[in-house]
Amino acid sequence: MSAGGRRERLAPYLIGLPGGLWLAIFFVVPILVMLSLSLQSGNAEEGFRFTWQWSNYADAWEFYSTQFIRSILYALIVTTLCLVLAYPMAYWIAFYGGARKSTYLFLILLPFFVSFVIRTASWKFILNDQGILLGPLKDLGLLPDDFHVLATSTAVIGGLTYNYLPFMVLPLYVALERIDPSLVEAAHDLFATRSAAFRKVVFPLSLPGVFAGVLITFVPVASDFVNSGILGGTHTTMIGNVIQTVYLVNNDYPLASAMSFLLMAALLIGIFAYARALGTEQVMEVSQA
Amino acid sequence: MTTHRPLDPALLRGMTMPRISRRAALRGAGVLGASAFLAACGVEGSDKKEAPQAAGFWESQTKAGVLDFASWPLYMDQEKVGGKVVYPSLQEFTKETGIKVNYKEVINENAAFLGKITPSLKAGQPTGWDLMVITNGVELDRLIRQKFLIELDQSKLPNFQKNADPSIKNPSYDPGNKYTIAWQSGLTALAYNPKLTKRPITSFNDLFDPAFKGKITMFGDATDFPTLTMIGIGIDPETSTVEDWKRTAEKMKELRPQIRSFIDNAGEADVLSSGNAWISMAYSGDIFILNNSGSPDIKFVIPKEGAALWTDNMMIPKGAKHPLDAITYMDYVYRPDVAAKLTQYISYITPVPAAKEQLQADAAKAKGEDKDTLDGLISSPLVFPSQSDLAKAKRYRTLTVAEEQVWNRIFQPIVQS
Repeated sequence: MSAGGRRERLAPYLIGLPGGLWLAIFFVVPILVMLSLSLQSGNAEEGFRFTWQWSNYADAWEFYSTQFIRSILYALIVTTLCLVLAYPMAYWIAFYGGARKSTYLFLILLPFFVSFVIRTASWKFILNDQGILLGPLKDLGLLPDDFHVLATSTAVIGGLTYNYLPFMVLPLYVALERIDPSLVEAAHDLFATRSAAFRKVVFPLSLPGVFAGVLITFVPVASDFVNSGILGGTHTTMIGNVIQTVYLVNNDYPLASAMSFLLMAALLIGIFAYARALGTEQVMEVSQA
Repeated sequence: MTTHRPLDPALLRGMTMPRISRRAALRGAGVLGASAFLAACGVEGSDKKEAPQAAGFWESQTKAGVLDFASWPLYMDQEKVGGKVVYPSLQEFTKETGIKVNYKEVINENAAFLGKITPSLKAGQPTGWDLMVITNGVELDRLIRQKFLIELDQSKLPNFQKNADPSIKNPSYDPGNKYTIAWQSGLTALAYNPKLTKRPITSFNDLFDPAFKGKITMFGDATDFPTLTMIGIGIDPETSTVEDWKRTAEKMKELRPQIRSFIDNAGEADVLSSGNAWISMAYSGDIFILNNSGSPDIKFVIPKEGAALWTDNMMIPKGAKHPLDAITYMDYVYRPDVAAKLTQYISYITPVPAAKEQLQADAAKAKGEDKDTLDGLISSPLVFPSQSDLAKAKRYRTLTVAEEQVWNRIFQPIVQS
């Protein structure tokens, strides 16, 4: 075998090496450490020892099942809202954006240039009980005096939807933009109505974008802790907030790790089920086209 | 208060210093580095037994004429002279003793500050500080357990022995004042707006009034709310058991539908003055400040069941280079005239009851607005709580490291519901 041939065969692996190492060091190793931690017992002062402490998982579920379920529920609602809002937006930019497509995309990304926390805190400013929005409405008698948006699920879900919308728009746009307009024309030539053309041609072709968008929205939303922390009240705590406190404030590393793994397991199962339901084959096929 | 002066910057202390910083937030975070995680699958603890203090430690100390003092923002009387902040009572101390004080407001959070100096303490290196002010609680318990503090020579604290309030002597978190003496104290109880509640609040049980549904806020850390609830149902937190904690948790869950939200530890000023909350958990000093800065109506109340008392303490960390200068200062602030000067500025509860007489004497001599200010301070039950109020004050529970975990697993799910 010639040297050139070997190099050619090794090349793909070498290209993948930096990324692979990166993942191995900064993802796989910490994950294994966390997995080990989740089965340990002890405390931050005297140290933690590996004792196959499965009760950490039972405790995590017993103490915080409400927050787990709430997080998943919020994530489902937010993802649906994002999809409903983002699809027409991405569709319009892809098909009618014309020469200014990149300007519109930039506008969607613009909020990202402002810190996540500041953007969310500004919601608090707007939605204050006596703030610039609710104050005048209450003064006009359009809203009862004790009406409030902050400290409710509505505020948290609203904040999450706002913050994660661009994550949905971008993959949808990429998928829609790639669709050849002549396919739609062909559908019309074959006497498809506009809605039939959309249902039978455009939407199926955009499914990889929907899949990617749902994935990269749902997963971070389920573990978000900023929105609930800033906009939430007593019944809106998400599992991300709990993990953060248990880990950083209480230094209960095993419990926090167990919670992280439960969340991860729930998300992975959900995503595999979702991929199945949507038909991975079709998704893969289109994305390879 | 009879007059409402514009907000004295001195009084801003409680506003600018979220109490969360003092107790709850980020306990010991970052103390355990990533390397510790990997140590043989288990996680190494930060616990390391120090050798006991050598006998004759204090005899071998000499006055250095310098004192490096770490404290909290706006926790010391200060003035601006030519654009520079000076501390009159420290200048006085220097004049009397020849000890120059290098005073720095570097503590914003117990845990964060200790996180910075713990590596030095562990390595047996000087931390750069001779004196520091730390709140009683988990962090202080850890410092004492790990023997990171220098044992005090009680014979060098004559003013403390003579003038300290008996109630702050010999606290359960530091029996016999072996390592610490009090700097200032405060009460955690309830504050309310009588205009909105339309009736006085006198008992913890008033919180269950259906009329107050969604109008109550509580501190969101896992210490304050449980402690106040425990007192509310007649349990003394200091001697409470795990069974008591579980009962407390049930009571907290019962109260939860009444609560609008859990707030940061200085957030009560904001929610009460805006009217978002009618009743809130509150710290005494914060409400004194709030009363003097545009919300005179807000009332601080010690429920008939009692309130929680916390104390910030002075202590000398291991490795201090000038311990004799430090203990000299610790005793100095127990002189009534010095304590009075500090109270006038800080407006929390002084550990020196005689400071009140000193302030009364000052008030008798003062005129006009100064007199009103002093009278307001002296008559304020927030700064000088009555004996009956203090009798109702209970201490926070001192937790061992194992108990801390049990405590958190019981109460964290409630304040993060």
